[in-house]
Amino acid sequence: MQQKRNSTFIISVLCFGFAFLYVPIFYLIAYSFNSSKLVTVWGGFSTKWYGALLQNEQILEAALLSLRIAAISATFAVLFGTLAGLALARFRGFRGRTLFSGMITAPLVMPEVITGLSLLLLFISLEEFIGWPAGRGVSTITIAHITFSMAYVAVIIQGRLSGVDESLEEAATDLGAKPFRVLWDITLPIVSPAMISGWLLAFTMSLDDLVIASFVSGPGSSTLPMVIYSKVKLGVSPDINALATIIIGLVTVGVICAAVLMFRQENQRARDMQMAASE
Amino acid sequence: MQQPFVTGTSCKPCAPNPWEVPGAKPFIQIEGVVKRFGAFTAVNKIDLDIYQGELFSLLGGSGCGKTTLLRMLAGFDNPTEGRILIDGQDMTGVPAYDRPVNMMFQSYALFPHMTVENNVAYGLKREGLPKREIRERVNAMLKMVELDSFAKRKPHQLSGGQRQRVALARALVKQPKVLLLDEPLGALDKRLREHTQFELMDIQDRLGVTFVVVTHDQEEAMTLSTRIAVMNQGEILQIDTPTNIYEYPNSRFAAEFIGSANMFEGQVQRNGKGSTFHADGLSSEIRLGDKTEVDHGTAVTVAIRPEKIFISRTQPENAESMNILPGRINDIGYMGKYSIYRVDIGGGRIMEVSAQNRQRHHESERTLDWDDTVYLSWLPSSSVVLTK
Repeated sequence: MQQKRNSTFIISVLCFGFAFLYVPIFYLIAYSFNSSKLVTVWGGFSTKWYGALLQNEQILEAALLSLRIAAISATFAVLFGTLAGLALARFRGFRGRTLFSGMITAPLVMPEVITGLSLLLLFISLEEFIGWPAGRGVSTITIAHITFSMAYVAVIIQGRLSGVDESLEEAATDLGAKPFRVLWDITLPIVSPAMISGWLLAFTMSLDDLVIASFVSGPGSSTLPMVIYSKVKLGVSPDINALATIIIGLVTVGVICAAVLMFRQENQRARDMQMAASE
Repeated sequence: MQQPFVTGTSCKPCAPNPWEVPGAKPFIQIEGVVKRFGAFTAVNKIDLDIYQGELFSLLGGSGCGKTTLLRMLAGFDNPTEGRILIDGQDMTGVPAYDRPVNMMFQSYALFPHMTVENNVAYGLKREGLPKREIRERVNAMLKMVELDSFAKRKPHQLSGGQRQRVALARALVKQPKVLLLDEPLGALDKRLREHTQFELMDIQDRLGVTFVVVTHDQEEAMTLSTRIAVMNQGEILQIDTPTNIYEYPNSRFAAEFIGSANMFEGQVQRNGKGSTFHADGLSSEIRLGDKTEVDHGTAVTVAIRPEKIFISRTQPENAESMNILPGRINDIGYMGKYSIYRVDIGGGRIMEVSAQNRQRHHESERTLDWDDTVYLSWLPSSSVVLTK
């Protein structure tokens, strides 16, 4: 009896938790197919808001711009973040190591408002002194996004490397590989999964950043979150629901693909190891 | 190719051991090497010569500095003081990738993203050899370690023993002057370890490469090595052949670390006939060998190996030439080919004795049983006198 009561309790808690997470999303998806112009009143099924969305050049442009910024900033964030992660994980005891590692993780806990404001001040004074960047726009948003997302990448890379046997790199050195060769042949292939997940993380963070982008953007460079936010301020229009549904769809497909791929790889690996052990 | 030196049980009529030839030139010279990590001294003033074709073991417990010494030979760490010469060439300032040595790592350190073939070929590719030669040498090496049918596999698709052989092949394919092995058999199970041990010796014999092995396993060191250096706390206590280290240890540590020994503390007494030893808390005196060269009254430790002691129920007859102690059996450990008897000789002292089980016997027919009164006897020359 005791057992049974417990399990009902656990299941209802689980349901409540999931409901809390997913009911708003399903609600949003359902209302993206609402034919009524009023967001809260159901007026029958329709896909007209998806059509309207495709006509809305402001939103489409903003989406493209966001994707472009996200891709570029994620790429640079992986480049710099990997270098920082390597330095932190592999170069022991250089002067100021603790300071450096503390400073690289600071953007993780820094309120976005402060990051955004300080970057804005930096860009303004840079423009004043060296004339670059001339005005604010795509490039300043990209730089700002690189700044905060490389910290995440550095932490991921460092974590991955600390789990990797250092003797792999020593073995390569021992076999005659110079340091750069070791990095290229051994270290980078080993951390490449971490680099990919770092890239994806940086990409998503750039895609949904509103606060920092608002500080450092200029006229004519509104990212998707900025456009959505400004539209919502004037009242929610149903085509935003449609846009949100599309984004949710893309994310879901991406997550499922990644999970299936990882699951298969893990399975294959387990099978291989079992085979090797039983031989 | 030079004649590999063979020692120990399998000694053919061979050239004298190189370390016994006056004026012979050592292949590896370690001169006054010190390594400190901050305030901690890992290796303390080590001088060591290793000759060509040797299979030399550095033996000691964890933290004794043996691995640090090996890493300095490989070039991963630099000595704080002193220098290392390999084949007469000073290795100071020579980076690891330019040294004529290769290392087999304890974890094997196989590159997980490369096939067996590419793992073995990696070192040759770095030398910039032509593709054809690389292929030939890799194939020959894989054949030697019997892994030619596994060339296309990744390391995670291999068993522990196979991985060990890939690691060996990868280090040997570069034809190094010296091969460094860090606990080469540590990750293998007992059966495989014994087999691999002989395989290693065979390969070393065939290629004539100088092997320097780091191990904490005294049995492994005993079977493998031409010579062993016993290390403790960053210092070398004794360098000698396995036989001499076992039979003539020069310190308490060496005697206890390699094999087991019954230890007695006390003073040496000399008289006209020879030396005797008065052990603390023991009523009778222990006779020492004729060759004992220790002054009267010196405080020493006497060690007697368990297998050097005879155990019997009746008092031995040749009492004049033997040391004899009566005792009572406290414990028996049956190991199959031999048994270990722990014998109480009074005064709270236990002596360990081992005896071969030469006669097949049933559990109920045991000749020596718990609580039996027995006599322990050993030759005076079996006692090892240790001053350190």
